[in-house]
Amino acid sequence: MTTLLTGWGRTAPTRATVARPRTAEEAADLVAKAGRRGVVARGLGRAYGDAAQNAGGLVLDCTALNSTGLQPSWHVDSTGLVTASAGISLHDLMTALVPRGWFVPVTPGTRYVTVGGAVAADVHGKNHHVDSSFGAHLRSLRLLTADGSVRTLGPGDDLFWATVGGMGLTGVVVEATFQCVPIETAWMRVDVERTRDLDQTLETMAATDDGHRYTVAWIDLLARGGRMGRGVLTRGDHAAPGDLPARARGNPLAFAPRPLLSAPPWAPGGLLNRATVRAFNAAWYGKAPAAPRRIVQGLAPFFHPLDGVAGWNRMYGPRGFVQYQFVVPLGAEDTLRRVVERLSGAGVVSFLTVLKRFGAGTPGMLSFPMPGWTLALDIPAGQSGLAAMLTEFDGWVAAAGGRLYLAKDSRMSAATLAATYPRLGEWREIRRRADPDGVFVSDLARRLRLC
Amino acid sequence: MRNALGSVDTVLLLGGRSEIGLAIVERLVRRGARRVVLAARGASAPVEVLERLGAEVHVLDFDAARPETHAALIEEAAATVGDLDVVIPAFGVLGSQAVYDADPVAAACDVAVNFGGHVSIGLAAARRLREQGHGTLVVLSSVAGVRVRKANFVYGSAKAGLDGFAQGLADALHGSGARVVVVRPGFVIGRMTRGMTPAPMSVTAAEVADGVVEALDTRKVTVWVPARLRLAFAVMRLLPRPIWRRLPR
Repeated sequence: MTTLLTGWGRTAPTRATVARPRTAEEAADLVAKAGRRGVVARGLGRAYGDAAQNAGGLVLDCTALNSTGLQPSWHVDSTGLVTASAGISLHDLMTALVPRGWFVPVTPGTRYVTVGGAVAADVHGKNHHVDSSFGAHLRSLRLLTADGSVRTLGPGDDLFWATVGGMGLTGVVVEATFQCVPIETAWMRVDVERTRDLDQTLETMAATDDGHRYTVAWIDLLARGGRMGRGVLTRGDHAAPGDLPARARGNPLAFAPRPLLSAPPWAPGGLLNRATVRAFNAAWYGKAPAAPRRIVQGLAPFFHPLDGVAGWNRMYGPRGFVQYQFVVPLGAEDTLRRVVERLSGAGVVSFLTVLKRFGAGTPGMLSFPMPGWTLALDIPAGQSGLAAMLTEFDGWVAAAGGRLYLAKDSRMSAATLAATYPRLGEWREIRRRADPDGVFVSDLARRLRLC
Repeated sequence: MRNALGSVDTVLLLGGRSEIGLAIVERLVRRGARRVVLAARGASAPVEVLERLGAEVHVLDFDAARPETHAALIEEAAATVGDLDVVIPAFGVLGSQAVYDADPVAAACDVAVNFGGHVSIGLAAARRLREQGHGTLVVLSSVAGVRVRKANFVYGSAKAGLDGFAQGLADALHGSGARVVVVRPGFVIGRMTRGMTPAPMSVTAAEVADGVVEALDTRKVTVWVPARLRLAFAVMRLLPRPIWRRLPR
């Protein structure tokens, strides 16, 4: 079947043939017959840009991919070591694991990513400052490579670290084994606090992050002047049974989240404009307590608030949106401040702006996180002057020694990539050995001349 | 690849010395295009400006009047820079109606370039864009083809044919990932029209290029330059023939 594909941001559609292999053997057959436009694996399509698109070529929908030929499956041992099919989603995994007292080591802002996608993007979450990214918890993976073989790789292999964060360009992840963390409840003990401005947001995060496993700050980008960079800081830890409200104590590990709402497919452009976002921001900020307050919250509203609205990406209308996420090293707070000042001054509409302090990265050569500050924003694609402004930010980020997240990117240049990922050459060499004919390719790879 | 905000990486300009064509390419390069192919007769085209802006520029020999070479040229361009993100056939000749009246062979040759050359290039480019699953073909039509006037009906009829071809091709490519943008400028003041008196609502090559770049950013499929020509021609298309043929130009 050929179809037009986009990423989650719904920009830049291209046409590809989509096939849905159920086993590694089926996937290997498809890879062998890929043709000169190549092949790339796709999970649940949550990368914002063109990472899981392959114009004119083949895209493997890996959501049914598993090792048994039945359906995506998982297995957990008594120590919380989980082996899961690449096609299984973190949602399905959590639904099964949480009631058994285990939680995934890292979850991004949505549960609707596959295990394969989590490996390929080396996803991070609110616990990065303590626990690093997904790759740090990965013990082994099975990778279908261009020669049709399935290799079992571990952290001692070059190809393992070229695959972690490698955006699917080394092969198709078939299965992954990773260490989960024990939990006593399906609840979070969360401290919520408002900050007045960017400096206070940064200071409070830097000073208090280490006392909590999960932290993140939401920033009101439309606040200006003395309130620029004000936000709401949430810091959480897995709750103990004693923390729970009485009604939840009977079954503390119950976990069955469902989307509450669904965005209509016909949402027009312009719904998320300066006025609506300003109103939302003011309400969100106003709702947060001025003094720190402790609340107990379910896992889903804490980690995945947007999963409560199915297809929320459609709210941006037919032109879609871009997500801009960069990291700058600790010490480069001035760059962060400049970006926030510029965005705030230009009145850029960003519905969800999130700031987070990163800890140590993984050895993944194209893995994004590094110790520093990361800021992520969602911006409607039609906003005028956006392309030039983001290109200017690219320059500042590169000069500060930072970089952009490939799973979010849909617009940086090949030159920016080359300037900001110092281990690109090493990655290319390993990839060339694993895939000498360049069978694995994506729109992202073409745009950024990765291969 | 075109990125989420409309920037592209590669551009192929056919008619590598065309003022409008170069104005479009220059804008695309300023917005991030890095690999450019200029195809022109005698393989001679101005590369300096584009190179100064940071583009890698390749020049290929191209003859619009030899359709048998066109498919190979598209393949050569793709072999040189990879996927073609934007293809702009900008070649054309504008002879005077009086000369055509006296020399039917010259008229037929010019129509062969202005229409036939665009058909062979357009089809060859469309095949490539369809295969690669993305890309934009920019077709430079003209208001001269929207309703043909007696003052330049040879040129106008070729543009009318081209406009119809482009619309049909756009529909044929719908859903393929590739698309066609049809540009309908008014009288363009420039080298091609030197010595002629500008018509009302004249534009410059730069203005046409701005219109094209804007269309590439959005999902627009037809661009009138200036935009008000669209309304003007909605009226002019309805003028009765006796009035239409009495128009001074």
